[in-house]
Amino acid sequence: MLKSQDLSSRILSFSLRLAGIFAAQENCFQYLQQGELLPTLFGEAGPLGGAAWTAPTVRSGWVQGLRTLARHPSALRFLAACGAVDTIFSLQGDSSLFVASAAGQLLVHVLDLAMRGPAEGRRGPRARDWPACAQKIVCHIEDSLCSAATPQVTQALNVLTTVFGHCRGLWTQGLWVRLSPLVARLLEKDPVPASHSLVDLLLSVARSSVLSSDRGLWETLAQTLSHLSPTQAGPLALGILKLQDCPQALRTQAFGILLQPLACVLEAAAQAPGTPGLLEGAAGDSMTVDTLLSSKSACVGLLCCALAHLGLLQPLPQRPSPWPQVPLLGAVVTILRLCSGSAAPTSDVGGRLCAILVGCGRVQRAALDFLGALSQGTGPQELVTQVFSILLEYLMSPESSSMVLKKAFQATLRWLLSSSKTPGCCDLDPHTQQFLRELLPVLQKRLCSPCWEVRDSGLEFLTQMTRQWGGRTGFRQALLASEVPELTRQLLRDPESYVRASAVTATGQLSGWGLRATPASPERPGAQQESLLGELLHILSTDSEGFPRRAAMQVCTEWLRDGRADVAEDPERFVAGVLQAASRDLDWEVRAQGLELALVFLEQLLGQRGSRCPYSVGLPETAPPGVLAQALQVLCRVQLFEFAFRALFDCDRPVAQKSCDLLLFLRAKAASCGSLQEAGDSPSVASVEATLQRWQAGEQGQPLGYLEPGAIVAVLRSVDLEGLRDTLAESSDHVEKSPQSLLQDVLAAVGVLGENEADCY
Amino acid sequence: MYCLSGHPTLPCNVLKFKSTTIMLDCGLDMTSTLNFLPLPLVQSPRLSNLPGWSLKDGNAFLDKELKECSGHVFVDSVPEFCLPETELIDLSTVDVILISNYHCMMALPYITEHTGFTGTVYATEPTVQIGRLLMEELVNFIERVPKAQSASLWKNKDIQRLLPSPLKDAVEVSTWRRCYTMQEVNSALSKIQLVGYSQKIELFGAVQVTPLSSGYALGSSNWIIQSHYEKVSYVSGSSLLTTHPQPMDQASLKNSDVLILTGLTQIPTANPDGMVGEFCSNLALTVRNGGNVLVPCYPSGVIYDLLECLYQYIDSAGLSSIPFYFISPVANSSLEFSQIFAEWLCHNKQTKVYLPEPPFPHAELIQTNKLKHYPSIHGDFSNDFRQPCVVFTGHPSLRFGDVVHFMELWGKSSLNTVIFTEPDFSYLEALAPYQPLAMKCIYCPIDTRLNFIQVSKLLKEVQPLHVVCPEQYAQPPPAQSHRMDLMIDCQPPAMSYRRAEVLALPFKRRYEKIEIMPELADSLVPMEIKPGVSLATVSAVLHTKDNKHVLQPPPRPAQPTGGKKRKRASDDIPDCKVLKPLLSGSIPVEQFVQTLEKHGFSDIKVEDTAKGHIVLLQEAETLIQIEEDSTHIICDNDEMLRVRLRDLVLKFLQKF
Repeated sequence: MLKSQDLSSRILSFSLRLAGIFAAQENCFQYLQQGELLPTLFGEAGPLGGAAWTAPTVRSGWVQGLRTLARHPSALRFLAACGAVDTIFSLQGDSSLFVASAAGQLLVHVLDLAMRGPAEGRRGPRARDWPACAQKIVCHIEDSLCSAATPQVTQALNVLTTVFGHCRGLWTQGLWVRLSPLVARLLEKDPVPASHSLVDLLLSVARSSVLSSDRGLWETLAQTLSHLSPTQAGPLALGILKLQDCPQALRTQAFGILLQPLACVLEAAAQAPGTPGLLEGAAGDSMTVDTLLSSKSACVGLLCCALAHLGLLQPLPQRPSPWPQVPLLGAVVTILRLCSGSAAPTSDVGGRLCAILVGCGRVQRAALDFLGALSQGTGPQELVTQVFSILLEYLMSPESSSMVLKKAFQATLRWLLSSSKTPGCCDLDPHTQQFLRELLPVLQKRLCSPCWEVRDSGLEFLTQMTRQWGGRTGFRQALLASEVPELTRQLLRDPESYVRASAVTATGQLSGWGLRATPASPERPGAQQESLLGELLHILSTDSEGFPRRAAMQVCTEWLRDGRADVAEDPERFVAGVLQAASRDLDWEVRAQGLELALVFLEQLLGQRGSRCPYSVGLPETAPPGVLAQALQVLCRVQLFEFAFRALFDCDRPVAQKSCDLLLFLRAKAASCGSLQEAGDSPSVASVEATLQRWQAGEQGQPLGYLEPGAIVAVLRSVDLEGLRDTLAESSDHVEKSPQSLLQDVLAAVGVLGENEADCY
Repeated sequence: MYCLSGHPTLPCNVLKFKSTTIMLDCGLDMTSTLNFLPLPLVQSPRLSNLPGWSLKDGNAFLDKELKECSGHVFVDSVPEFCLPETELIDLSTVDVILISNYHCMMALPYITEHTGFTGTVYATEPTVQIGRLLMEELVNFIERVPKAQSASLWKNKDIQRLLPSPLKDAVEVSTWRRCYTMQEVNSALSKIQLVGYSQKIELFGAVQVTPLSSGYALGSSNWIIQSHYEKVSYVSGSSLLTTHPQPMDQASLKNSDVLILTGLTQIPTANPDGMVGEFCSNLALTVRNGGNVLVPCYPSGVIYDLLECLYQYIDSAGLSSIPFYFISPVANSSLEFSQIFAEWLCHNKQTKVYLPEPPFPHAELIQTNKLKHYPSIHGDFSNDFRQPCVVFTGHPSLRFGDVVHFMELWGKSSLNTVIFTEPDFSYLEALAPYQPLAMKCIYCPIDTRLNFIQVSKLLKEVQPLHVVCPEQYAQPPPAQSHRMDLMIDCQPPAMSYRRAEVLALPFKRRYEKIEIMPELADSLVPMEIKPGVSLATVSAVLHTKDNKHVLQPPPRPAQPTGGKKRKRASDDIPDCKVLKPLLSGSIPVEQFVQTLEKHGFSDIKVEDTAKGHIVLLQEAETLIQIEEDSTHIICDNDEMLRVRLRDLVLKFLQKF
């Protein structure tokens, strides 16, 4: 087949990968070698020199084939003999990024394979004892590191990053000893080439358990921190601070790098000299100031990175201690003021920063995120007041974009929740109460915004607040005195589906806490008297978009779970109505949520499940037979089985899985009380089984009809639920990865399926 | 340039350029009306019972003219306007007036009718039509509430000093004038000549003026004023936002010697999009609470965009049942005019016309009865009036127009809201005579004109040699002195002007274009003095008429005639002297010295000077000064020597 002139590149690529899979086994490899097949595919005689090589898919197949093949010493010898290593070197710079990346990984794999044999168990062998193949690769890396061309340096650094990230052999120690001087030499260049890759490499080495005790490494890291520009050094500093064991001096240096931009801002905006800064004695680092003032993009980039890095560091247990919470809060508030134009810096640098930052949405978003993260710590009351006042300023400002508003809402939520954690206090303190009084009119206005994103963020904020504070008197009073509940209810008819969904969730939450809209006054137009439940069912059955229906299902489930009064009145009717709506829904998440509701209902009837793990059913608690029979009657009346059995053969796997779990739970319950009379081989059972088979085959038109509890138990026993569960537990691409699929590919590749079918089998 | 107005967005400047006198806009500063009491359409007991104001010593001689309301003092008289300077330059000498948009022509009747102006006014058709509506509305608002009293005592300088602020600080009160009449408006508008975008208008052959789309309002323009070698761009009220008018033409502003920049946004810190959001949110909140919304506005401009936003918003906000009223004597004309000026609209709206659909959606709002318009609160409106509602009406100063009635009607209830969208008046000052006020006040000024970031980009793009702007744009606003981003930042720094100042504009080039008659051109014999440069001498008569210069062949020399014949007047031609040849080239000093030596001069010394060289012939006591454009031979009365030396110099030069 390979000799064919008009072989398509896809088939050639497939052949290369297939040969690789076969040759991964050493005996298969020997067999293929005898037939000279491997050199024909991977050697000089193969597609390498030909026209087919121009197709990236062929080069990719070649690399992947070798990657699978290289698993045993014979493969190494083959690689050396056919000159494949040189080709891999050249493929590192391939025009296709996929091929280039795969070539780099293949190189690491080959190096690891070559070194694993001689170096196993021993502390790195001397360089001259390294196998020839490894020598060749390492020399290539050395040459690349010394190259003047940045792409070559980048390739070498990327390969090394992968080596130290994935290879755990002691030989890596020897490799670092040999290459670290070359890496250190890169720092002498100005500008430092491939700084991103260099940072990745150093962090990869530092994280490697084999090398992290190397003192030279810490020195290199310290050197690198001081050589790189503030923007380049940020990711390295963050990486260093995340390390578990690292010298304190280096940590201090790294933390200084992250704090530097904020320290500059704080100093530039200080109203009076002598205001406590972030970094004692180093606030005015000229390099950072230069970067900040050089251009808008540089300033924004540096500040956003610093804020993001500090935000990532904040929740970590290994974050620097003491954590400068107060100056950081001061800095982020200052940045937000500079961005909103409300700061009035007196210094020249401050004035220029103000001109650069005013109205900058990117910095506003990053700063608000970080401000939210800082809510985990405390601060002096004066500063906390400033935080709330800047948050309110952003929430009120018509200049705040929808994304900035979203972040401002999130940060406000975090600060509100953290500020009310005072132990032993069940209500809100006066500051918070005052803030709420100012916040709710703003929220009201935002809920009327013409921009749907803003209405949506407002509703999300309201939902979260209510979830946390729904029981607090201060919050309840403030909320009920405002128009917010009424506006939320009106948003159930918003033209934007996301907003409707959020309004459903918010209304559900408000209603759960008894925070309903005040009864409409007679003169108020458009007031709705209909029940909220009716409105939710209406959304569930008529809304054209999935999101509001999903939200409605979730609220219904919560209401059932929490035993809400108007649901508890007649849960059977409620469940029947919801399931009926959900069963016709085209959105799989709605159907899955319907099963969740069904499960809650089941648990309420029959008692809790033993285990919450969806893949295992614990030993059920025994239920009295009378209860079970009654429960099954109820379930039949609400047509839960029709819904669950349909879901069992749902084309969306999560729905089927959920249904399977539910039925298994029910079957276990039924088994625990054996006295229930089974319908056995009655005609109704046969008809149900026949219907189910048709459903499984995709013909879901026919309804199941009314079922007797006995028939249900019989059907539950006859269906192979365990088998179905195992199949559903397989990953979604298990069919593609099965041998059967490979065979189908082979047949398809041959292209003459009909004629050769018999031969293949 | 004579700067007649101190208001940056209501400019009035006179440009003397190439022997023409051009007035650029004539904006009317109406902020002076804020010092007056409102004119109520319906008798207002509250306003008529305000106490008179008396001096600290109890002297009450001004109590008929000045009334006190919540600590503020107002003039109880017909409102008056602050005119542009009329004394700085004789306005009868103005040749043309160029109008950039309908807001910047409100002082036109004062100029054209009372200064001896005899020139032409140029403006686009929508500018004239909508400008007429604005003037008509203004006249109507003031004339329909006649006021017997006219206060003038308070204007006496000695008395004004004693008044409280802001009356004490009001400038040039003696020049403040009452509103013009409809007759004056019609007469002023009759002097306008309509122009289209990019149309080239010749002014006396000396200057060409061209209006360009400025993107701010229907028919709004910037102007190019150019001669053959100089170009002045006049940018006034421009916008880069996508609203209803045709987009701004920036490219044509390139290569300007001077760019006069006026009419930037009055609220540089407010983004119009954010403000529209605020407007909608507050409107919805009020109406949902059962309150009414009052929007004091002009009858044209931002109102079209607001109605379009509301058209999209009202259904989603559940406000479909709320009536929207637009009350103005010109409401109907304004809504109709907006739909017929298709060629002046943005592309999207233009394409609608071909469908055919009305370009603005307010047509649909009117059709579905969601928007109703009335000339006044009297008549049909009182029958249809239903609350809660939203009312758009003028005047934004809250001193006259139907808005005064609604302020009196709704001011007492906190359910109602007044939303200020026009940026021309300080809302706090506008509200002062209505205090104490229970209704909510929301300030969301929507000003789509250029902000400083956009100006900075524009200047980078068009790169004028010099920028001229009002003084307010050359420094940050006084209340935000640290906001260096709120000023024009350009190189060289912008030249700024203030009211009653005369500015000399920096023009570098001083050339005139001269045409040459073909027969004269034929007779020229150019000589190439260096590659690409040819010279020819020309003898001709320069004929100048209507600022055009033409070189014509000189008349033939008079034939020698017998002395008996009488000389005719036309034969009296200027004497044509025999022309000396013209010289060109430069003298290489070293070679010149060698030549001198060859001709027997010795003891030659050469000195370098700043402009060239001095060759000293010490023996002959002679000095030859060689400079780039002159050579002098200085010798002591030795004509022979001078001629000898001159001939040696001439050897190095070309003659033609």
